[in-house]
Amino acid sequence: MSDLLGPVLDTSAAPVTAARIVEPRIPRLLLTPDHHLCPGCGEPLAIRTLLQAIEDLGIEQVICILGIGCYTSFGANLDVDLVQCLHGRAPSVATGAKRMRPEAAVFTLQGDGDMVNEGLQEVLHTAARGEHLTCVLLNNGVFGETGGHMTATTVIGQRTKNTIEGRDAEYHGYPILIGDLIARLEGAAYVARGSVHNAGAVARTTKMLRRAFETQQRREGFSFVEVLTMCPTGWFIPTGEGPDYLSSTLAEVHIMGELKVDGVIRTTEELHAENVARAAELEAQLARGGLES
Amino acid sequence: MSTVRSRGTVTIDTHTCKGCELCIPACPPRVLTMSTGVNQKGYHVPELHPGCTGCAACLMVCPDYCFEVFRFEVPVEHEIQEDA
Amino acid sequence: MTTTDPTGRALMEGSEALVRAAIAAGCRFFAGYPMTPFTEVLEHFAALLPDVGGTCINAESEIEAVGMAWGAVATGARAATGSTGQGLALMQESFSEATLAELPLVIFNMSRSQGDYFQATRGGGHGDYRHLVLAPQDAREGIRLVQLAFHLADKWRNPVMIYGDYLLAHTLEAVEVETFEFPALPPKDWAATGERTGTGAAVSVTPLGVAKHGQPDDGQEGRSQWIATKMPLMEREVRVETGHCDDAETVVVAFGSTAKFVKYAVAQLRDEGLRVGWIRPVTLWPFPYDTVREVAARVRVIGSYEISSGQMVDDVRIGAAGLAPVEFIGGVSTDHSGFGLGRLLDVDEVRERIRALHTGAAQPVVPGYERFTYRPAPHQLEVTP
Repeated sequence: MSDLLGPVLDTSAAPVTAARIVEPRIPRLLLTPDHHLCPGCGEPLAIRTLLQAIEDLGIEQVICILGIGCYTSFGANLDVDLVQCLHGRAPSVATGAKRMRPEAAVFTLQGDGDMVNEGLQEVLHTAARGEHLTCVLLNNGVFGETGGHMTATTVIGQRTKNTIEGRDAEYHGYPILIGDLIARLEGAAYVARGSVHNAGAVARTTKMLRRAFETQQRREGFSFVEVLTMCPTGWFIPTGEGPDYLSSTLAEVHIMGELKVDGVIRTTEELHAENVARAAELEAQLARGGLES
Repeated sequence: MSTVRSRGTVTIDTHTCKGCELCIPACPPRVLTMSTGVNQKGYHVPELHPGCTGCAACLMVCPDYCFEVFRFEVPVEHEIQEDA
Repeated sequence: MTTTDPTGRALMEGSEALVRAAIAAGCRFFAGYPMTPFTEVLEHFAALLPDVGGTCINAESEIEAVGMAWGAVATGARAATGSTGQGLALMQESFSEATLAELPLVIFNMSRSQGDYFQATRGGGHGDYRHLVLAPQDAREGIRLVQLAFHLADKWRNPVMIYGDYLLAHTLEAVEVETFEFPALPPKDWAATGERTGTGAAVSVTPLGVAKHGQPDDGQEGRSQWIATKMPLMEREVRVETGHCDDAETVVVAFGSTAKFVKYAVAQLRDEGLRVGWIRPVTLWPFPYDTVREVAARVRVIGSYEISSGQMVDDVRIGAAGLAPVEFIGGVSTDHSGFGLGRLLDVDEVRERIRALHTGAAQPVVPGYERFTYRPAPHQLEVTP
């Protein structure tokens, strides 16, 4: 590879030279790419992987149960039948919806403030009951919509508007690793933690979401995917620093990996070792010039 | 002169771009740079240089869905003038 | 009456009659949390729904119960939840927002007293909203009112409450559970069934006024305006029953089980020659203000008999519009359990209070109740500027 950067190429229109599209610009279930979330927000990436997973599996009848957070406004962009519910209440609403429409793929889309603060008992009970639905957690470690406040997943040392000096265990308590709690419940069949801080993580997360929906399709029980997302606004950092901040703070505590699959439960500690190995493998793939999907 | 091969290319919707710069480090061959000019919203936007592999990493990390990614049937060769 | 047919004649408690009526109306989902005196409603749904292909979930909390019912109605099913006053208090945020989302949710309130009147009619939740509230006086009326509730909920796309009580829930009566027919309603094309996903025409069921891309957005203001302007239209659903108001000098207003006691006491007083009558609101909201006003123009005094410290009396006063004096002649009354009836739901007690109202005598004091009368401390009687 040359160290010299060649001239700027024309990227305003599709190439005239014979070429095929590798990846469409937006997933089939997205009505428009326009949205009002902040520059550098990870939530649109997480939602993209989610819609991609649904499309990959060819699922047609889908109901989204949407929580309250920044992502709420994104509901307008989804070509998915949608039930908007209250902060924390998506799992119970999803339960009623799935019981009445068992043939539909039902998923919740909730932030960490929504699911792990307000709605902690809802998601735990829904998992314990083994409801055949998929809860998706967008975890950025803050209440983004209200301006960047501590949630139950904020990590020790993380700076937020009400932990300006950094979260202090003695004063503010410890974060909850929700995936570990859910994995221990018998009704939970698939539990995973992904992230969107780089292309490799995105690819891995898409696989997790596919697996979660397959679990639902096969009626094997409750499925759960946590997706770590960047929130440069709520983290008070420049947008470009989002991925590194995520990988050095949230991802050090909420470790990526599959916590429960095929009846086998792994703890967060066990995932850490797996991750180190996997990161090296993905770097090698990218260097060879492509990601296997 | 040196030759750089592009296996792929992209289109970039610069009007939708919010200048977050996540695509820059995400590109494995590092052929994206931020412009000096700004778009209508006042954001710097990414620009593509020769060497794209069509891996779609930029598409995967762009929160504003600005990229569409193509792979050439036959890779395109660019002749690049080296600086004096 | 079979496992798949809820109708028929049998001796059953009021809770069961109401549940059978709900199933006859097509209710196929219920979620609830046990609390006296509502628990049997949950039990009967749990026993009867599976046989008709429905689902009853014993929710882990009241808030989750109303959430599950929300999800079920949002997909187009007929569904209900319920509790008693304390549990309904937990559900209030959902009640407000369900109204904004135009969800046809039916709510069973098996109350411990008539002191949940404000909660039911004024709303314990936030914002401007009203629920239709139907107050059956007994199981027989409840069988029709429950089915009416499901119809009105779908007709207006608004929550409807059945306001019952301990007596209604637990009294066994021989009743005929029959299916009532109501006028046809349009199909629920607003429901989120998942079938329009991917068609470009997916729907949102939302309290927030956020529309899908390309559709006009109400916004919060538009949505609130929409609901606020719907409320006066729902007032045409007012229902009321009256007795002996044509020649009455004194009229008593009462609802629910209490009204049956009032009716009986009035009959006894009329046998003695006293010109007394009664008004029984069947809908607590909308309240029959017009009926009260019309009667107030002709009578000397109107009494409100409620088992509470006086809540419906406010609506009676609004209705009377100053045309006749209005007096509260009920009171707080319960037994040791806190769930039951107590001294003031007793025919003799009711009759003597109405007699005192009619003759202008002082209201009788219940022996033993004096020690519960609040004794203020001296500093509480000082005027604070």
